Amino acid sequence: MDGKEVREAGPRPGRFRPVAQKTIEERERVVIRFAGDSGDGMQLTGDRFTNATALIGNDLATLPDFPAEIRAPAGTLHGVSAFQIHFASDDILTPGDQPNVLVAMNPAALKVNLDDLEKGGIVIANEDGFTDRNLEKAGYGSNPLTDGALDEYQLYTVPMTTITVRALDGIAGITKKEAERSKNFFALGLLSWMYGRPTDVTERWIERKFAKKEAIRDANLAAFRAGYNFGETTEIFAVHYEVKPAPAEPGTYRNINGATATAYGLVAASDRSGIPLFYASYPITPASELLHELSKHKNFGVRTFQAEDEIAAANMALGAAFAGHLGVTGTSGPGLDLKAETIGLAVMLELPMVIVDVQRAGPSTGMPTKTEAADLLLAMYGRHGEAPLPIVAAYTPSNCFDAALEAARIAVTYRTPVILLTDTFLANSSEPWRLPDVDSLPSMDPSFAERPNMGTEFLPYLRDENLARPWAVPGTEGLEHRIGGLEKEADSTGNISYDPQNHQWATDLRAAKVLKVADDIPPLRVDDPSGEAEILVLGWGSTYGAIRVAVDRARDRGKKVARLHLHHMNPLPKDLGDILRRYPKVLVPEMNTGQLVKLVRAEYLVDAQVFSKVQGQPIFAEELEEEIIRRLA
Amino acid sequence: MNEGNGQQSNGQPGAPIELSKKDFISDQEPRWCPGCGDYAILSTVQGFLPELGVPTHQMVWVAGIGCSGRFAYYVDTYGVHGIHGRAPALATGIATARPDLSVWVVTGDGDGLSIGGNHLIHALRRNVDLKILLFNNQIYGLTKGQYSPTSEEGKVTKSTPFGSLDHPFNPVALAIGAEAAFVARTIDNDRQHFTEVLRAAASHTGAAFIEIYQNCNVFNDGAFAAVRDKQHGAQRNQIRLEHGKPIRFGEQGEKGVVQKPDGSLEVVDVEAVGEDALLVHDAHRENPALAFSLAQLAHQPTGPTPIGIFRDVSRPVYGEAMDSQLEMAEQKMGRGDLAKLLLGGDTWTVEEPENAS
Ligand code: SF4
Repeated sequence: MDGKEVREAGPRPGRFRPVAQKTIEERERVVIRFAGDSGDGMQLTGDRFTNATALIGNDLATLPDFPAEIRAPAGTLHGVSAFQIHFASDDILTPGDQPNVLVAMNPAALKVNLDDLEKGGIVIANEDGFTDRNLEKAGYGSNPLTDGALDEYQLYTVPMTTITVRALDGIAGITKKEAERSKNFFALGLLSWMYGRPTDVTERWIERKFAKKEAIRDANLAAFRAGYNFGETTEIFAVHYEVKPAPAEPGTYRNINGATATAYGLVAASDRSGIPLFYASYPITPASELLHELSKHKNFGVRTFQAEDEIAAANMALGAAFAGHLGVTGTSGPGLDLKAETIGLAVMLELPMVIVDVQRAGPSTGMPTKTEAADLLLAMYGRHGEAPLPIVAAYTPSNCFDAALEAARIAVTYRTPVILLTDTFLANSSEPWRLPDVDSLPSMDPSFAERPNMGTEFLPYLRDENLARPWAVPGTEGLEHRIGGLEKEADSTGNISYDPQNHQWATDLRAAKVLKVADDIPPLRVDDPSGEAEILVLGWGSTYGAIRVAVDRARDRGKKVARLHLHHMNPLPKDLGDILRRYPKVLVPEMNTGQLVKLVRAEYLVDAQVFSKVQGQPIFAEELEEEIIRRLA
Repeated sequence: MNEGNGQQSNGQPGAPIELSKKDFISDQEPRWCPGCGDYAILSTVQGFLPELGVPTHQMVWVAGIGCSGRFAYYVDTYGVHGIHGRAPALATGIATARPDLSVWVVTGDGDGLSIGGNHLIHALRRNVDLKILLFNNQIYGLTKGQYSPTSEEGKVTKSTPFGSLDHPFNPVALAIGAEAAFVARTIDNDRQHFTEVLRAAASHTGAAFIEIYQNCNVFNDGAFAAVRDKQHGAQRNQIRLEHGKPIRFGEQGEKGVVQKPDGSLEVVDVEAVGEDALLVHDAHRENPALAFSLAQLAHQPTGPTPIGIFRDVSRPVYGEAMDSQLEMAEQKMGRGDLAKLLLGGDTWTVEEPENAS
């Protein structure tokens, strides 16, 4: 965050008049982390700040960090909830490695997050939250706001709760407790002033959101304005900052997180194909967001079903697929384990079905609210027998939209279950999204079977040029047929067969069908400006942003580095092998212990190496940059 | 909904379509052990289906794993043979996506009450429009003879050489406990009774559960002899439930059922209490308590055992309810418009450079 131009600010438009002249400094990029107790409303504060930031045209990326426990005791380290936003006047690819600014509403929030803050960074602390009791709960022997512990930082202590309560004095129907609860809007107001965020968007939002609770609406508005005024009028803050809009491609934009983008992608797939969407799922963190989002869109004919368990959800989606719907089930790691047998059945039935796996950290229950991408091999191989299926991986929050569409397209075209991999990081974090032209989205033709395909007979496993079988839905006269999980005559009748040669042949046929999907994958585009890179960084999934930044920085340091990101994980693109063999070194950053590495080593006999991180956090650009440099040494 | 299959036959009897038994016989040859009760069940079902008037392409049979699972291949309609225990869930997907279809589920005591118990109770509680036939043979047949969740305590099998320790399920009591709206029990070889029960189940909208006592002559022969076979006293032991009629049984109807002041049921001599004292069967009673007590009258089919329709009440049907939610959403919010959806929330526009100010 290099300060560039420093200039004097004139009186700002709007309702607040400054009492003192303040300095405006320009910043290219800023990373702010809002942290507080889970009851302090930090996610909301972050979310609103993000919205205002998006609307003035900064590029941005966000990352919420929820406490693992739903009702962790107030004031404890376990109960800290944080939200990080990175915004800039140029292209942004990650939510930022190190915050420049930390807003800490209590001692626990300070303690948990201070280590991440850049040296010399800004700490804005709610003085009122630093009570003896809270200090003790966070394990502080003395008050870090006063004992010199923060001397290396730019510390601003603000009695946010006190000022908020005072500002709300006289609003009828607001108790002291409720008044105190509005302090997150004070913090939002203060930060909005510091970084020149527009106030009208936030005010309009408060008015809309609390339209039915007038007292709360007025309280939040008053707190927000008090925060803004506090920055503007007191002498504590001498400087505020400006981050100019980022140059962006012309178009209409909105901010979107991966969960919503995935849901919209599925709705779009249904809309484009004319096949009704049927989404069955069992509540699981973090995939529940998808169920919540899709449940809102019943007016698109979307059927959402909260099943009794993960296995049921998969079977319902598959049953709906048999009945002619776009059957989708969503889950996270543990749920994918449970769905395995049903997915195997879908492989045998050869019906279109999409399984969304929002990957999360660890085996078993692991760390449910934290991110990881360690289900690739589970998606590839996690079924008994030979049960291949296509896999698509999303790589940015907004790309989840395209990935969902692509997964559905493959499923419908090839009559196969498809696993769509996203992860906690993608689902929760957000970025600006240039809205696609709806008419230009890929369409997909279900081409339901309507008549017998062999004289007067209907052969449910007779294949088309894609090796796909007909999708004949109940209700179609003359096409009555029975299918099941038993081995079958896989090119015609679908009748049960235990013939040894048939099983060999049917196994090969199912594999060949999945390989056929590679025909649709466009040629890979390697990012290798010099054309003579000594190392290729091969990525998949949500490491996309970190890899781009790390590679750019390594290039700035004079290194010749190439970059390639995969979207189709199975089948792998046809040209991947040749590309990998072109480079002396291949480095694969993964949020697992090396799963894509195993695949490419096995498939192409290349000596690819992994850069592994499994800490429940995304890979940071800086650590990857250093790794690239190290590998080239 | 799907284009091109707008047939709106909801599986109710009476539609004017001429069908015969052979329309429901597929080209696959049934392969159960000779003498298995499944043959009789298949034949009775195929003989009954034509009277529904539902065309074969509007009907789906879904089965799980077990000897019963093969059923799906033998009825010439649409059919899916799924995985072990999950047929009710698979069928729930079909029936919820397409309430216009007539969806039938075949399961067994292992499939439906052990590995798939969860799906069964949830399909019943939701009242999905499924007709569920549970072939109860009190044994695992396909895996060659282990005890099942309906086997009597102390059952000696390959997996329990010293006798099983499990207390068995009473499938009818379980279904009533899950508040199933239609619950019945019948016997594989009693074509007439079985057909009557099928008829009532088919005319019930919502989930209908039928337990069928099915003889596995290979691994558990005679398990239901006391209520199934004449030579073992079936006439004495069958308590045939009939709605609106006093509950009495025995060769001359000499036995009956009374409700005691504490609510429990007891078998009595009709002569001793007088006919007026007998409990009159009321399958339409909202409260499932009495139906549950009737189910408990015989925990095992070794003595006097009720068969017939225990419960037949009406409740909202899941698939229809979901459809009407979709309709209401469309009325309220308008038909979904994808471009509008994407534009929802706050948006901003970046102009073409030449237009930029
Ligand atoms: S094992 Fe028993 S239930 Fe299975 S087919 Fe043979 S007789 Fe019938």
